[in-house]
Amino acid sequence: MKNFAELFRRLDRTTKINAKVAALADYFLQVDDEDKLWTVALLSHRRPRRTVNSKLLRAWASELSEVATWILEESYHVVGDLAETIALVLPPPETDYDYTLTYWIDYIEQFAGYDELGKKEAVQEAWRGLGTTERYLFNKLITGNFRVGVSQKLMTRALARATGIEETNLAHRLMGNWTPNDTTFEELIHSESATDDISRPYPFYLAYQLEQPAEELGDPHEWQAEHKWDGIRGQVIVRNDEVFVWSRGEELVNDKYPEYDILAKAIPNGTVIDGEILPYKDGKPLGFNVLQTRIGRKTVSKKLLKEAPVVLMCYDLLEYEGRDIRKLPLSGRRELLERLVKEYDTQGILQLSPVFHFAHWDELAIERETAREKYSEGIMLKRRDSEYKQGRKKGDWWKWKVDPLTIDAVMMYAQRGHGRRANLYTDFTFGVWDGDTLVPFTKAYSGLTDQEFNKITAWVRRNTVEKFGPVRSVKPKQVFEIGFEGIRKSTRHKSGVALRFPRMLRWRHDKPVEEANTKADLEGMLEVYGS
Amino acid sequence: MPLLTFNDRGIYCERADVYIDPWKPVPRALITHGHADHSRWGNDHYLSTRTAAPVIRYRLGDIDLEAVEYGEVRTINGVKFSFHPAGHIIGSAQIRVEYKGEIWVASGDYKLEDDGLSEAYEPVQCQHFITESTFGLPVYRWITQEELFADINDWWRQTASEGRTAILTGYALGKAQRLLAGLDTSIGKIYTHGAIENTNEVLRKQGIKLPETTRVNREINKKEYPGNIVIATPGAIGQPWVKKFGNASIGAASGWMTLRGARRRRGADRGFVLSDHCDWPSLLEAIDLTGADNIYVTHGYTSIFSKYLREQGYNAVELETEYEGELAEIETKGSEETSKENAVADGE
Repeated sequence: MKNFAELFRRLDRTTKINAKVAALADYFLQVDDEDKLWTVALLSHRRPRRTVNSKLLRAWASELSEVATWILEESYHVVGDLAETIALVLPPPETDYDYTLTYWIDYIEQFAGYDELGKKEAVQEAWRGLGTTERYLFNKLITGNFRVGVSQKLMTRALARATGIEETNLAHRLMGNWTPNDTTFEELIHSESATDDISRPYPFYLAYQLEQPAEELGDPHEWQAEHKWDGIRGQVIVRNDEVFVWSRGEELVNDKYPEYDILAKAIPNGTVIDGEILPYKDGKPLGFNVLQTRIGRKTVSKKLLKEAPVVLMCYDLLEYEGRDIRKLPLSGRRELLERLVKEYDTQGILQLSPVFHFAHWDELAIERETAREKYSEGIMLKRRDSEYKQGRKKGDWWKWKVDPLTIDAVMMYAQRGHGRRANLYTDFTFGVWDGDTLVPFTKAYSGLTDQEFNKITAWVRRNTVEKFGPVRSVKPKQVFEIGFEGIRKSTRHKSGVALRFPRMLRWRHDKPVEEANTKADLEGMLEVYGS
Repeated sequence: MPLLTFNDRGIYCERADVYIDPWKPVPRALITHGHADHSRWGNDHYLSTRTAAPVIRYRLGDIDLEAVEYGEVRTINGVKFSFHPAGHIIGSAQIRVEYKGEIWVASGDYKLEDDGLSEAYEPVQCQHFITESTFGLPVYRWITQEELFADINDWWRQTASEGRTAILTGYALGKAQRLLAGLDTSIGKIYTHGAIENTNEVLRKQGIKLPETTRVNREINKKEYPGNIVIATPGAIGQPWVKKFGNASIGAASGWMTLRGARRRRGADRGFVLSDHCDWPSLLEAIDLTGADNIYVTHGYTSIFSKYLREQGYNAVELETEYEGELAEIETKGSEETSKENAVADGE
């Protein structure tokens, strides 16, 4: 664990990619295969089974450190991370346990067989012999995923450097449905072909938001344009008469979308399609809020299947007749995709995402204006001769999203942030006027620069009206322009509306608080855009 | 009527008609130390310790300031006032106020660990103790300064061996000098940001021994910096001013560096946990040492800390003041303001 703690400190200390890759590569050369495997797993969001809940952890930390639970709780609000809070309040270690990462993960997985007292003794015993960083990591292993600012891509690059295996091959091998308990490091990184693990997806190719005017992309004939559908990006794999559905978050989601089961029989083995898991009925997409009724549910009722049926809106073809065709130009892949969708009867489960032809960028701009009505987030632009790359890349693919809906709102409450933003006020509740009172209608956390968060934090401290635990009500003085992607009726929110992706676009220093928008304005938007 | 009361100008002694660390102008002000949130402009008359006086004069200009020795008693309308070492920065004091057996101590900012520069903290017995709580949460526990300076010097050595410049930040009065005093000068030369060097000059003139430093200025060839260390104000980081140091590693020294979030937000390569304030155990120790039953908690985690003290049986209340403690080290100023400061600091 000491190696792992040192790795963590090195990664945490820098924002420079090269320094992170170097730290990881050094680490991979130091530790044994078991620790390598677990490190790869942890950095690709695979974690040991959760055997202790955080409430118990708090109680045991409180007991060992003789710090009352309420003050531990207050500290947590300041620190913004429970694992870190506990690591800091515990008394200095009495002894020094020097074991491997794998040892500690096994140690934690053993908890499953213990009763509560047994777990408590095991956890407190570990705390007694670990330094602050090791304790923090130990707590993180127990409580959940930790973010160290290392993307899977970066980790893959370091592993490539340490093992001499090409990065793209490695990226592919690390995807899929493995856990450290059912493979070894050697098996994982040396498995030669994609069929070794028939469920293994290809890394998604992601696009950046287009910042420059679309005209600057050059000749419209070089570009394919289609809608950016508002569902969940997914990859459907049919191999060995089985179907696998992956979400972009690299989660296998077959169970949630049984509609795709028929594809195992309907289309040939050796087919991989990139598309959008999209709620769709009577030849038209439904709003994202319809899909939301299915996200997070493990089992899907018949009623839900009827109310919110999904299709796969197909964007691209990655594997055809068992061959990886990602290097073919998009135009060629698209032709094969169209042939596939037309040739086989999938009862409408596979839909082709229509491409539109345009001779001038203006025509496309007009189409983009109508996107929101079609439940699309905007336009995707892909170069016709582009190959299917992995990860987020600039140049060949761009997303050209519609401008967000906006409303000017008044800050009413502020709460401290978490993680990197602990100790700063970053979580705000905003209201609109209803006569001369403010009605809270949304929260927003993001969109300001660090410097603006610093300023608003200082302002909040000096303009607090009341404190409720970690939340402060503030004087109604500050106006922010809130941007959001959609609005719907909600019975759970006092204001009667729920916003999608709300964020702060601008701090409106120029706007007097009286001129913020009203509840009537919000209701007007609900009428036009609500679904 | 208690001997000291709290109003919208500061801590007030009505019987003597004086304020302690007022934040609005008053006729007579007793000043615990020279930091801007305790020693403000605009009072008619100031009283401070002899070692705090030069910096206060330097910062506030031509003021009517009278200086006293630690322990010297001044009696005003029967009320006895005396200054006692607070260990926070050079010249910092706790102010003891006594009248007919009622004893108060206003501690300003303080720390128990002897940093070798500031006059070491001395506990003062009292019934009423006014304390800060900048780091009044159990997550804040400092390691010893020996361990800490070993870390800082290791980092400087490492940075120097890579042919890079080390830049270490701390506020200009107090922290910066403490950093200077702890550096291992066998590693390389020490350069200073102008705002820090100005303070150094004032302190040297009053007889404080500091290691040799060179003010960063435009005449210095940029090639001279790698391998050496630059002590800078926190506000200088992220400004064009730091570009002249080339490939640099930035270290930040502050109590806030305890927290991962703060370390990452600061954009520093290394965070060193070094504070001129008390950590949690020493706050509790200090309060215990005074023997006071009545505790008044000023800046910091006031509501949490006072609630904790009440649970421990103290009669503790939370006060609204305008003191900031170490906040200045996490709240960065507007960029314009700082770039002006840097330009002035470099003599540009």
